[in-house]
Amino acid sequence: MADSDRRRTDSINHAKDGGDAKLQEIARAKELTKEEKQRLRKEKKQQKKNKKDDKGPPEKEKPSVQAPSKPITQSPAHKAASATVSASVSESPAAAEKPAKTKAELRAERRARHDTERGSKQGKKEPGLQSSGKLKASASELQPVVKRLPEHVQVDDPAVVKKLAKRLERQQVPLRSDYGYKVSLFSHLHQYSRKAPPTQQISVPATVIHPSIVRLGLQYSQGIIAGSNARSVALLHAFKQVIQDYSTPPNEELSRDLVNKLSPYISFLSQCRPLSASMGNAIKYIKKEISNIPSQCKEDEAKGKLQTCIDSYINEKIILASQAISKYAIEKISNGDVILVYGCSSLVNHILCEAFEKQRKFRVIVVDSRPRLEGREALRRLVKRGIQCTYVLISALSYILPEVSKVFLGAHALLANGYVMSRVGTSQIALVAKAYNVPVLVCCETYKFCERVQTDSFVSNELDDPDDLIVTRNGNTHLENWQTVKSLGLLNLVYDVTPPDFVDLVITDLGMIPCTSVPVVLRVKNVDQ
Amino acid sequence: MDERELVEYFRMQIREDPDVASAVAAIRSLLEFLRRDQSETIVGLRENMTQAIHRLQETDSSVAVSSGGELFLRFISLTSLEHPDLSQCKNVMIERGELFLKKISLSRGKVAKLCHTFVKDGAKILTHSSSRVVLKVLENAAADNKRFTVYVTESQPDLAGELMAQKLRRLNIPVTVVLDAAVGYIMEKVDLVIVGAEGVVESGGAINKIGTYQMAVCSKAHNKPFYVVAESFKFVRLYPLNQQDVPDRFKYKADILRTVEDLNQEHPMIDYTPPSLITLLFTDLGVLTPSAVSDELIKLYL
Repeated sequence: MADSDRRRTDSINHAKDGGDAKLQEIARAKELTKEEKQRLRKEKKQQKKNKKDDKGPPEKEKPSVQAPSKPITQSPAHKAASATVSASVSESPAAAEKPAKTKAELRAERRARHDTERGSKQGKKEPGLQSSGKLKASASELQPVVKRLPEHVQVDDPAVVKKLAKRLERQQVPLRSDYGYKVSLFSHLHQYSRKAPPTQQISVPATVIHPSIVRLGLQYSQGIIAGSNARSVALLHAFKQVIQDYSTPPNEELSRDLVNKLSPYISFLSQCRPLSASMGNAIKYIKKEISNIPSQCKEDEAKGKLQTCIDSYINEKIILASQAISKYAIEKISNGDVILVYGCSSLVNHILCEAFEKQRKFRVIVVDSRPRLEGREALRRLVKRGIQCTYVLISALSYILPEVSKVFLGAHALLANGYVMSRVGTSQIALVAKAYNVPVLVCCETYKFCERVQTDSFVSNELDDPDDLIVTRNGNTHLENWQTVKSLGLLNLVYDVTPPDFVDLVITDLGMIPCTSVPVVLRVKNVDQ
Repeated sequence: MDERELVEYFRMQIREDPDVASAVAAIRSLLEFLRRDQSETIVGLRENMTQAIHRLQETDSSVAVSSGGELFLRFISLTSLEHPDLSQCKNVMIERGELFLKKISLSRGKVAKLCHTFVKDGAKILTHSSSRVVLKVLENAAADNKRFTVYVTESQPDLAGELMAQKLRRLNIPVTVVLDAAVGYIMEKVDLVIVGAEGVVESGGAINKIGTYQMAVCSKAHNKPFYVVAESFKFVRLYPLNQQDVPDRFKYKADILRTVEDLNQEHPMIDYTPPSLITLLFTDLGVLTPSAVSDELIKLYL
């Protein structure tokens, strides 16, 4: 028993050294003779016996052991071999009691032995690659890659909510509480009230959050900055300010510390208003750029580099992209067209203004919907340019559609299965347009393409303040006391998804593509990066 | 070689080999033009080539000539032209041009090989107007000892369907010529519809002789498979949303575009079939669904 323990700790200690130790072990495994194989088999039997004996004490230890071991094992899951995995797992109980080993650990060791045996049996043909491949496979078997749902769509699961609360407390970010009765189909989403912004719970001098981020969060939660492009640009400008004011603490590297500093800001912003897909992609880009800063780079140089990176991102992905998209879109606008637009999309407004500059003769029908009434802003911008406009509410859609020759829609995000996520009401417009055989064109920059797949508007959405639906007409506010009526729920959805069969054409800065080709663009983009 | 000689060469190609695709003839002429070109710089060469392509388009306004010409130009210049000597660059371009020509001359055979297995024994096939690719497919199927009958629409205004029927009779395939208006009537009898294409657009739709769209709508209503056979050089960077979105230079014959003033009085020669009505496309790149065409185009053009 002592012999087997020693051998185990022996192999573990060797594996702890890392990569070449792994190869050493594999080389040693090649030379396993018959007697050694017999000894291994005996040890396995011993392990099983030990497991049965130690079922009492390890049960208590398991919960305390699993928690720290999980984060340790999850991060090197794909890089390390199972030997190192079992090493880290065994590190914690090794401190406690020697025979008390967790089930997972024993399984890992057994697998490692299986693999080394298999490796030795298959001989000298690339043993390093094979066994390391198998070790990697068993490591991933050990930690199956569970794609976890994001926390903001699991609000009805108390365990997830508790975990989120703990994380926010650790980051010193205020937790925003939900407001009002939620319709049961959407009870898995947050619903906040605009009258209780999270910034109220922050005292600015004593906070870990940068003031420009606090301001940004307030602007998001009050709806002062709205619209996908506007939010991303505001976010990037705020991050520029943060980077400007940042100074590396001693004994820290800028590339790692700055990324850690950004995490509480991002948590705070997502408490103010859930992040959009474009913001998510922008944050991914910034984090990648920060972590790619070489360690010998001086702080001022690094900061300057990051500022220029952010500026070029905004310029390329948003400003130049919108010019490229207008160029393609103008080809599709012919004289005498009647174009229908919905809500206020900065990109679509830009396209229409450009087309008008280029002397195209067309008129626009602006469709609007409550409670945001964003169409009024679009109407104001278009009329100021001198474009002939008509304004209708979405309930009059089927009345107005026989006059329309084309529909131009903006998008919040384009999902990997070709679905278009946009302001609520967009899918309705696409559906009715399809019924009238009117072509639907979606305009979207490539930085809004996201890897998510969604087929309905329920699983991941945003619930806005339900009090927005309350309106006063003729001095009567009927819904004033909606909270007192137990069976009444107010639902103020923000987004919906449109299936690709209703969309005829997507205009991106890469060109005109059908909706089903979005994964190809994502693939091409990943290759570029 | 000036423009007149180019057009003459092009016409001669078509005269000598009536079975050749017009795009292939165009590319042969462009290659000859490249060989005889006298420009001093690569930029000048490209300009001359682009002009030559435009000139050929004016002669024969089909979509295939335009797409074939553009693909040819991209293919020959998509290589490292870093040689200091212009004649060396030209030789590289000529070599690649010949490679391109060889590839596309074989494409019709490849398409036919892929498609003829979809023609089952005892099938009744409906086709539209006269397409050399469809003829090759049916030839291959007949050579495979399959028994089938063909219905061809007579395809006004040039009665190209009669031509197709004659060619099929020479192959001993039983063929019936039907009126263009009888497509709805005949659709319940046929098992599948195969048509050629003058151009395949980015959305996966097809541009073909007028009457194809009608046939596609009928076949959709009857749930019959609608197959389009086309070589890959016919893929073109257009994205029409509807019939009127197809550019005028493809819809009408070249001489009509030049002479007539009011195009609304003229009959268009082609129409656009949207991808929702097409079941499969057979190309030398493989058997594609309409949504895969855009992927292939991205690979070809980007």
